[in-house]
Amino acid sequence: MTVQAPPAARAGQADPGRAGSGLAGTGALAKLAFRRDRIALPASVYVIVALVAGTAYTFKKLYPTAAGRAALAATGEGNPAFRFLYGRLDGSSLGSLTTWRYGMWAAIFGALMTIFVVVRHTRTDEEEGRLELVGSEVVGRDAALVAALLTAVGANVAIALLLSVALSFTGLPAVGSTALGLAIGASGLAFTGIAAVAAQLTASARAARGIALGVLGVAFVLRGIGDAAGAGGPSWLSWASPLAWIQFTRPFAAERWWVLCLPLAVFALGVAGAFLLAARRDLGAGLLPDRPGRPAAARLLSDPLGLAWRLQRGTLLGWAVGYACTFAACGAAAKGVGQLLGTSAALQREFTRLGGQAAITNAYLAALMLLAGLVAAGYATSTVLRLRAEETGGRAEPLLATAVGRIRWGLSHIAVAVVGTAVLLALAGLATGLGYGLRIGSAGPQAARMIGAAMAQLPASLVIAGVAVALVGLLPGACVAGAWTVLGAIVVIDLFGEVLQLSHWVLDISPFTHAPRLPGGTVSAAPLLWLCLAALAFSAVGLAALRRRDIG
Amino acid sequence: MTNAIEVRALCKSFGRTRALDGLDLTVRTGEVHAFLGPNGAGKTTTIRILLGLLRKDGGEAGLLGGDPWRDAVRLHARLAYVPGDVTLWPSLTGGEIIDLLARLRGSRSVIDAKRKDALIERFALDPAKKARAYSKGNRQKVALIAALASDAELLLLDEPTAGLDPLMEATFRECVNEERHDGRTVLLSSHILAEAEALSDRVTIIRDGRAAETGTLAEMRHLTRTTVEAELAGPVSLDGLPGVHAVDIQGTRLHCEVDHAALNDLLARLTAAGVRDLVCRPPTLEELFLRHYSAERTGLGAPA
Repeated sequence: MTVQAPPAARAGQADPGRAGSGLAGTGALAKLAFRRDRIALPASVYVIVALVAGTAYTFKKLYPTAAGRAALAATGEGNPAFRFLYGRLDGSSLGSLTTWRYGMWAAIFGALMTIFVVVRHTRTDEEEGRLELVGSEVVGRDAALVAALLTAVGANVAIALLLSVALSFTGLPAVGSTALGLAIGASGLAFTGIAAVAAQLTASARAARGIALGVLGVAFVLRGIGDAAGAGGPSWLSWASPLAWIQFTRPFAAERWWVLCLPLAVFALGVAGAFLLAARRDLGAGLLPDRPGRPAAARLLSDPLGLAWRLQRGTLLGWAVGYACTFAACGAAAKGVGQLLGTSAALQREFTRLGGQAAITNAYLAALMLLAGLVAAGYATSTVLRLRAEETGGRAEPLLATAVGRIRWGLSHIAVAVVGTAVLLALAGLATGLGYGLRIGSAGPQAARMIGAAMAQLPASLVIAGVAVALVGLLPGACVAGAWTVLGAIVVIDLFGEVLQLSHWVLDISPFTHAPRLPGGTVSAAPLLWLCLAALAFSAVGLAALRRRDIG
Repeated sequence: MTNAIEVRALCKSFGRTRALDGLDLTVRTGEVHAFLGPNGAGKTTTIRILLGLLRKDGGEAGLLGGDPWRDAVRLHARLAYVPGDVTLWPSLTGGEIIDLLARLRGSRSVIDAKRKDALIERFALDPAKKARAYSKGNRQKVALIAALASDAELLLLDEPTAGLDPLMEATFRECVNEERHDGRTVLLSSHILAEAEALSDRVTIIRDGRAAETGTLAEMRHLTRTTVEAELAGPVSLDGLPGVHAVDIQGTRLHCEVDHAALNDLLARLTAAGVRDLVCRPPTLEELFLRHYSAERTGLGAPA
């Protein structure tokens, strides 16, 4: 499709002799990129396709009647919080509801995948010096960027095609399915262009990802405000956001095909811009200067804990902002949740099951807290796994060659994980409580109640972190894959365990099964105590093993 | 304690690869000891065992009178280490990393700011730059300054000059010589022979996980030949002269290597032909090393 853009952009430059040679080796590099991503990329594509197609399928089950669908659409369209989270609705057909519920979110996941792929194969390789090695082979100047673009374009085209087919298979109209598939794929292409530009701007891959993710965040908020604004509000803001272009394409409701040109234009402009910028900079350099730092260390940076905090504080800040915004919006949505769920008996059952209670608002809030706990477990896992990254990156070695023992080093990152997880959960509770409380006029009591409810998930989240510590100690080579697999399995058990009719024995494996469902449920100390002990035991095993094994 | 490092019959395997196969290494307190060997000979593995990062499979390893595995933390307060492949925290500046490593070593109060600043100036490092912006040579400088600014009694330097330019290499040599005068012990692993030659009191050559040779350079030269280069007045033939090797005659220019025992006979032959210019020099470690390895590698005698 539009992969022709790079050479075209190149041709505009003054040096025609290099136009061809600039691309030498692209094929080999693209193959390498596909090979390096052969698991992550297909998995991401699968998850995104399955998410949307699965939603279409589930909605058919949950809302068998036109009246039920109309009621859901009316609630979704009527509540500003839902409009902020999911966007606007066009009609109440199954296709429209699917587009509303997961169309934009699939595009967000697609954008995340795209940003990581593009930056990984351009700036990360460059920063770590791999591109220098590759660049000394018979490889053109532009080959790496083109190869990265090919990889991202390939994945997004796959999403567009597979989604179109999968949606028609669920029984939705073929035209609308194609429109939704193309809209989501094209949105991924827009972020391919954005990520390609971001990768040229800074010398650090982390900062490049940050810029691209920042654009994604701004795009989400812009359309959130535009969509949430009622009549007379700044609803035009939505048009400025690639994430809203999916709903503007109006799949399943008088499709507007020309809207697809917008993301494609962003893609073309982004790619052209990236090549222009790349031609103006040196290998390894960014266009934005690296700010100089302190020539001497501050007092905080004088022990392993200070270092661990310094290395991880930026990440925690990002998570905290994400947590606060997401849960404030979700909390605000709690007021209308009774109405929304009232439209589907099946959905009501679903929330009651997840939240474990009959009172629907409490069930919804408790389900939110379960999610907060699961996602916080993901934060804790990634924070603990930093230990392994420090080790394989060769940075643990100079540290452990000083008077710092392995236990102290391990505990430093574990401490950041524990405190960070607690902070995130407290924030989730606070934001949910404020979001809900402000709308029903009781901010203080709701905030206090929800902080307690969120903190009740902390021991369960820490058990997952403890498992990660144990894996880092016992199975260093497999700990990254192992820890994420464990978390994935726990998520499946908690969210889908009863739907899949897993036995109680399996459900009991998840620490979250033993955490209280708050608000509304009862709290007993024993399970929380046991969870804390389990977290401690796993960590102790991991640290003991870390002390015994080879480093590096 | 007269020996800073005592290693006997040290063994370490990674899976089926035998990295160390009965290595012996003795570093006396106060000496600069060069630890020479080609890539993959086991230098870094030895140092990592001495640092307690790897666990030995067999043999003995003693460091500053302690057990490097069991007493790691206590011993580390008394040593400083420069890894062969220096990777730093990309978001920290060089200055921060130097301070951090000093504080982690436990010398928070004694970190000598003047010494640190002097070293930063001597090595021409910009300490306010983020580590991700440093070149390999600059990363190396950060680790070197952190080690040299410390008050550690033992320095473990794993190929410390890789990536440094010749000017900085000279600075590094000056620094190591100053350390020697201060009575610090240095273990310097290297495959750069001129470095070991210029700096070390004693040398251990490691090959395939064993010590192939150990001693002072003077002791090692007993085993070796003198290189002779001469400009002669007329033609000369060295045929039938025992103990002369690698003969290369270009017109009146002669280059050869000669065993110590045959030196007198060779000189007699040369003076008979008329000597205009003569250079006799001990073999560089380079030559010694080349002979050592290529001989054993190919299973043949000395190379031509």
